[in-house]
Amino acid sequence: MSSVLNNFKNDTICAIATAMSDAGIGIIRVSGSRALEICDKIYCSAKMEHDLKDHKPNTIVYGYICDESNDSENIIVDEVMISYMKAPHSYTREDVIEINSHGGMLVMNQILLLLLEKGCRLAEPGEFTKRAFLNGRIDLTKAEAIMDVISAQNNFALESSRSQLQGKMYEKIKSFREKILYQMAFIESALDDPENYDLEGFPEKLRNTITPLISDIEHLLETADEGLIRKDGIKTVIVGKPNAGKSSLLNMLTGNERAIVTDIAGTTRDIIEETVRLGDIILHVIDTAGIRNTEDIIEKIGVDKAKSKIQEADLVLYIMDSTSDIDEEDKEIISLCKDKKTIVLLNKDDLIENIKVTYDMILDMFSEVANLNVPVIKTSMLNGNGLEELKKSVTDLFLNGDIVPKQEIYITNLRHKDLLNQALVSLKLVIDSIDKNISEDFYTVDLTESYAKLGEIIGEEVGDDLVEEIFSKFCMGK
Amino acid sequence: MLDVKEKFDVAVIGAGHAGCEAALACARLGLETVIFTMSADNIAFMPCNPHIGGSSKGHLVREIDALGGEMGKNIDKTFLQSKMLNTSKGPAVHSLRCQADKMEYSKAMRKVLENQEHLFIKQAEVSEILYEDAVDDLKHDGYIKNIIGVKIFSGIIYEAKAVILCTGTYLKSRCLTGEAITYSGPNGLQPSNLLSESLLKAGIELRRFKTGTPARMDGSTIDYSKMSEQFGDTPVMPFSFDTDPKDVQKEQVSCWLTYTNEKTHEIIRNNIDRSPIYAGIIEGIGPRYCPSIEDKVVKFPDHERHQVFVEPEGTFTNEMYIDGMSSSLPEDVQIAMYRTVPGLENCRIVKNAYAIEYDCLCPGQLHPTLEIMNIHGLFSAGQFNGSSGYEEAAAQGLYAGINAAMQILGKPYLNIDRSEGYIGVLIDDLVTKENLEPYRMMTSRAEYRLLLRQDNADIRLCGKGHEVGLISDEKYNKLLVKIDAINTEVERLKNTIIGANAKMQKFMEENGSSSLKTATSLAELICRPEFSYESIAPIDPERKELPSDVIEQVEITIRYEGYITRQQRQVEQFKKIEKKIIPADIDYDDVSSLRLEARQKLKKFRPVNVGQASRIGGVNPADISVLIIYLDSVYRGNSDEK
Repeated sequence: MSSVLNNFKNDTICAIATAMSDAGIGIIRVSGSRALEICDKIYCSAKMEHDLKDHKPNTIVYGYICDESNDSENIIVDEVMISYMKAPHSYTREDVIEINSHGGMLVMNQILLLLLEKGCRLAEPGEFTKRAFLNGRIDLTKAEAIMDVISAQNNFALESSRSQLQGKMYEKIKSFREKILYQMAFIESALDDPENYDLEGFPEKLRNTITPLISDIEHLLETADEGLIRKDGIKTVIVGKPNAGKSSLLNMLTGNERAIVTDIAGTTRDIIEETVRLGDIILHVIDTAGIRNTEDIIEKIGVDKAKSKIQEADLVLYIMDSTSDIDEEDKEIISLCKDKKTIVLLNKDDLIENIKVTYDMILDMFSEVANLNVPVIKTSMLNGNGLEELKKSVTDLFLNGDIVPKQEIYITNLRHKDLLNQALVSLKLVIDSIDKNISEDFYTVDLTESYAKLGEIIGEEVGDDLVEEIFSKFCMGK
Repeated sequence: MLDVKEKFDVAVIGAGHAGCEAALACARLGLETVIFTMSADNIAFMPCNPHIGGSSKGHLVREIDALGGEMGKNIDKTFLQSKMLNTSKGPAVHSLRCQADKMEYSKAMRKVLENQEHLFIKQAEVSEILYEDAVDDLKHDGYIKNIIGVKIFSGIIYEAKAVILCTGTYLKSRCLTGEAITYSGPNGLQPSNLLSESLLKAGIELRRFKTGTPARMDGSTIDYSKMSEQFGDTPVMPFSFDTDPKDVQKEQVSCWLTYTNEKTHEIIRNNIDRSPIYAGIIEGIGPRYCPSIEDKVVKFPDHERHQVFVEPEGTFTNEMYIDGMSSSLPEDVQIAMYRTVPGLENCRIVKNAYAIEYDCLCPGQLHPTLEIMNIHGLFSAGQFNGSSGYEEAAAQGLYAGINAAMQILGKPYLNIDRSEGYIGVLIDDLVTKENLEPYRMMTSRAEYRLLLRQDNADIRLCGKGHEVGLISDEKYNKLLVKIDAINTEVERLKNTIIGANAKMQKFMEENGSSSLKTATSLAELICRPEFSYESIAPIDPERKELPSDVIEQVEITIRYEGYITRQQRQVEQFKKIEKKIIPADIDYDDVSSLRLEARQKLKKFRPVNVGQASRIGGVNPADISVLIIYLDSVYRGNSDEK
């Protein structure tokens, strides 16, 4: 066992820390007691000497990554800047070296291979943060917030994660817990020392404590739906008949803001969605490949496929050509949107003389086919008309007005949302017990449960798989 | 001196409530057992309150019984009054409590011990424990020494493979009544002054605890007309699952309730500086949950009165026990103080109230088996382990006795966790907590108390008792039949649907219940507060006649199903963390992000799993997550290697 332990402790790990895409620069991170020694083996200064050891910690040094096993004359792999952070003044509290290389995938992979060859082990997902945690640099809730900061895709997500880091959420949850604890303590005292603690009238007092707590948590949960949408974005699908302007729409959306390519953990090279920003809201446009390559998913992939895409989506953008007549196909698509938040984009608004579909016709058709009241926006992909209106419609559909994350706590983490929900259910069961006149000693089951679930949010209660769950969400190199 | 060596398998030191259970368990499992007592005439003596059971302690007695212990049977033979407490509350906090005839209780237990095969009672003071260096095999398991027996004051050696320390309050004890100090055990019995030295020499750390007892009054000087009479229950519910309820229906003796008043409190306040505790003479720490009257007056300054129960000590005497007024104030203050209480105006004190101080084990030296760390074969139980109370002692005695026997017989240890019994809670708390005062069992200590009811102790623990060999096949099979009957009946009630017809609506109306909206199962009806299993009999013609204990379980199972299910889910969570084993050779210094305090505590208590680690004071949840990740890294590395 101890040898295994030593491996774990003594391994020097490495990984590519930046996004796995061809970018200007990339960073390869190395952490562990042998970081300096191993990196020196592949590093050469401008004078082609292995002298990394001679550089002061916390400075950046210029040089080359060299592959000396190569017989050819050209042994230089890349031109790099290397920063060395000496333990314990580093992210992991171990010796850490960061190699700033050029960002090409090929180059970075080559450097990584060299490091592995010289004695590094490839880091597991989240292992750097896990080490930071194990070495006492961060606690669990910080680890979770760090992960959220890393993956933040917009200002809101960043702000709310930061506020979690600063402990606003911690304070709030703690105050909930204190209230519950006081009530539990009273019940227990009364059971053990009935002479000095009287339960007469207690159930109503408890109700008066729990009821506001329930609405507080409900309020937090309301922010969760919104918070999660603000942080994680909205799954969106664009549907429409051929030539209605689907790709133009996408181009218009992505043209405004640079399209961001996400790399979801474990699916690094596998792009499954296009992420675009609409003001402060993120839209994940599903199956962009399909939309880009073919003009008509209804026709080519079939109604079934469209159906499943619509099922997955939170938002359907239904784009219609105002110059062609409404037909059965339209009606079929509309009926698929029945239970979804849908926005109709009436396109080619600029071709006034040819308009065959009007605003009222669409409303009629939707209320007839899908019993749905939808926002209809007149757009023109040519001159960008309607984009502002679309932004407003999406905001109205998903969010309640402006959010000022600095002042309020928003739940932007699914784990927190789940736990809050469980705590809420338990508190409601306490009220249920009071309503049913159940003896006080029963209240403890549900009070304890809500207390524990809230505790799991802020790491004051050790949840079952909490630890693993948090670290498993990390990407490679973090 | 002649070379006389007596050979036994097990030596039990002390014949109090812990010692008796320990010795009986070992002897019943076929091991030659000797039990040492300072006085063979005071076996299973009750030096403090004259009752067995009470809130949460009644649970312990039932659990002892389910495992094959003696306490429940013995009190069933010798009780004066019996009462089920907290019946206005849920079934989880119902607790049986019996007034005992102290003399009869002691005599009956002595008889049981004397008639037990393989068990020998020896009146002697044990002066030394004997041990040798652990052989390599034992060293590998973390032991340093191996017990080989004990030496008594006369110099005779008793060889034994296991020794169980059940020394109660007798180690270097002294009794204090104000300034008057006597160096004796409880009730003037001889203390044991030599053994502590030997234990210290063996590397065991000891500390001082104190506890106290109220005065015993001459019953003929008490005016009961000023007190309210407290009766027992009819019918009486026996403690033991084996006792035939018919055998315990008898005439009961009453207790009496009175109260202290402002005048009592004034006398105490004016003389508080003469209390050895407040004057600093007593260094030992007393139990907060069994406070002296002076503690109560100080702790609750606004309370105008405190309850005082006046209880009989037995039929052999007219002495009355003044429950609620234990004290270590000087005799003159005691006389004045007691005489302010209505009914006690002219009382005469037969035996003064006193505080008693004694040596006991420092925390962090016990394995979950109740074996003392480092010394193979040395077990301990009862007040020596820092607990208070007869029931707590008996439970530990039984547990330590069984585990000593399991060790000798080479069988798996008995393990009861916090979700399986109050005994599990008790043992776990003693093993993992600092307990700065004598530990008393309390309902609030049991997290899963809805499952740990006194009514289902047999269902919970008989299986374990059977496994270790203290419960006979016959008794165990009887239990299996009972469990089957419960399950069958619960299912039947859930599946018997009654229609919302006129006849049923009339039945509802007659019983003050709201009318049925749809067809409903009988089980759902039982859930309505206005109905019970009994009261729906008229609409349940297919019902078979069932024993009352089966009906009780059926009713609880159905009525509280939601709560029970939720608690069971909590237990599942608990078990998950409890299953994360900490290897014995873990080096906590290697887990660098553990806080210093946590690391020290973990090193000291050596928890066997993460759940236990999480309950050690000074180890917080952040430390536990560190530990989980650390172990996980180790474990995963391990499995990768394979």
